[in-house]
Amino acid sequence: MAGQTDMELIKNGVRLDGRKPDELREVKIVAGVLDNADGSCYLEWGNNKVYAGVFGPMECHPRHKQKADRAIVQARYTMAPFSVNDRKRPGLDRRSTEISYIASQAFEKVVMVEEFPKASIRVDMQVVEAHAGTRCAAITAASVALADAGIPMRDMIPACASGKVNDVVVLDLNKEEDNYGQADLPLAIIPSTKEVVLLQLDGHLTPDEFEKAMDLATSGCMDLYEKMRNALDNRYGGSA
Amino acid sequence: MSNDHVSNLMKGHMETLAAEGKRADGRGINEYREVKIETGMLNTAEGSAMVHLGKTKILCGIKMLIGTPYGDSPKSGTMTTSTELAPLADQSFDPGPPREQSIELSRVVDRGIRESRMIDFEALCIEEGEKVWMVYIDLHILDNNGNLFDACTLAAASALSNAKIPNVQHSVADKDVDLPVTCWPISCTFGKLGNTVILDPTSDEEGVMTARFTVAHDENGNLRAAQKGMNGAFTDAEIREAVKTARTSDNVLREALKGIQ
Repeated sequence: MAGQTDMELIKNGVRLDGRKPDELREVKIVAGVLDNADGSCYLEWGNNKVYAGVFGPMECHPRHKQKADRAIVQARYTMAPFSVNDRKRPGLDRRSTEISYIASQAFEKVVMVEEFPKASIRVDMQVVEAHAGTRCAAITAASVALADAGIPMRDMIPACASGKVNDVVVLDLNKEEDNYGQADLPLAIIPSTKEVVLLQLDGHLTPDEFEKAMDLATSGCMDLYEKMRNALDNRYGGSA
Repeated sequence: MSNDHVSNLMKGHMETLAAEGKRADGRGINEYREVKIETGMLNTAEGSAMVHLGKTKILCGIKMLIGTPYGDSPKSGTMTTSTELAPLADQSFDPGPPREQSIELSRVVDRGIRESRMIDFEALCIEEGEKVWMVYIDLHILDNNGNLFDACTLAAASALSNAKIPNVQHSVADKDVDLPVTCWPISCTFGKLGNTVILDPTSDEEGVMTARFTVAHDENGNLRAAQKGMNGAFTDAEIREAVKTARTSDNVLREALKGIQ
């Protein structure tokens, strides 16, 4: 987070991209877009574009990672070299490794891992265009892909960030706000219980701002949840 | 960092205790273990500190080198944090390149220090766009008895506080000066044991708990960084309560940090 900036990111309660402080960017979710994966999802969130694919449950490799009493979720978040302005070196850097790790743990809370001892459920998240908020986009897409794959789950987990720009707490930071803003708080929750499965924060928030940011991000997650259910509804019909 | 080998008997015992507001080592649920900080024990490092948090023992060394700044911030010095989960610290630590656990640990510690602006990065500029100081924070875990997150943040802050910029060695100026430090971030880590949230978990408690939450505050009580970890969950209320608890409980660590200033 850049912290103090002279840039005017909010003018008269309107953000650079025309949104109000509590407004999400436009989100489009399509379930079941890939042939080979057991479940998949394509998600556009503002200009972010993410594919997620799920394989499994299947035998866990490497074997020493197997758990005798449950399955593990092996999530992998990667950004394509062409997804950002400068070419990004392909593969897992430290940032992607951390995101993959905390996403795996978040999914293990909702996937019924105890039904598949020794197995692995692979969740691949590929960011093809990045404009801030890609970890939330990837986790949301992966949740839909898990449901599309028919993996038994207690719930899907929507993820959405809130943050602070020009001393205003806002929902869903865009690129400029991410670069020049004061705080970023990505959050993933279980909608049915409102439990927190993923939370990160960097930047500067007063205790009151933190409370407000939690409220905003939670409501963002609930809005997304609706869109995720609609995506499944569109693919499978009925009332998902 | 969790210990896989806690027996079910111990697990039940600790969960029952926690529900009654007690801990296996006699502490209250929002109580830190004894903290001890020593500084300046290494001559080759620009700054150094050893932190004892109960039986957890961390050695931190600061090295500073001259390098080129990033293109998007030509006037700022840089900072790199790494942690070494050396096999000598815990039976469950393997040798080899850094794993997910150690990467997560380094990045959470890094965010606490970086986002609080503890280091004045602009003061680390030697020649705009050409030469800046690069600060390397290397954390060596010598003994793991839980809560590496708080111990590492404390060790990094302590070591930075007594670091000197090696001007003479690198022919930048004729005197070494103190690394400019602007504020003091402190991180507080909580664990979820059964349905109870406890502060400063030991490795036994880490082996039983299902979720972890770390939050870093500056000395004005504002939040600077946070991270939820492990495959369990916290309720919304638990998170908000933990943030409040952190603001009062981090006093113990702040006092210890003040002792070395």
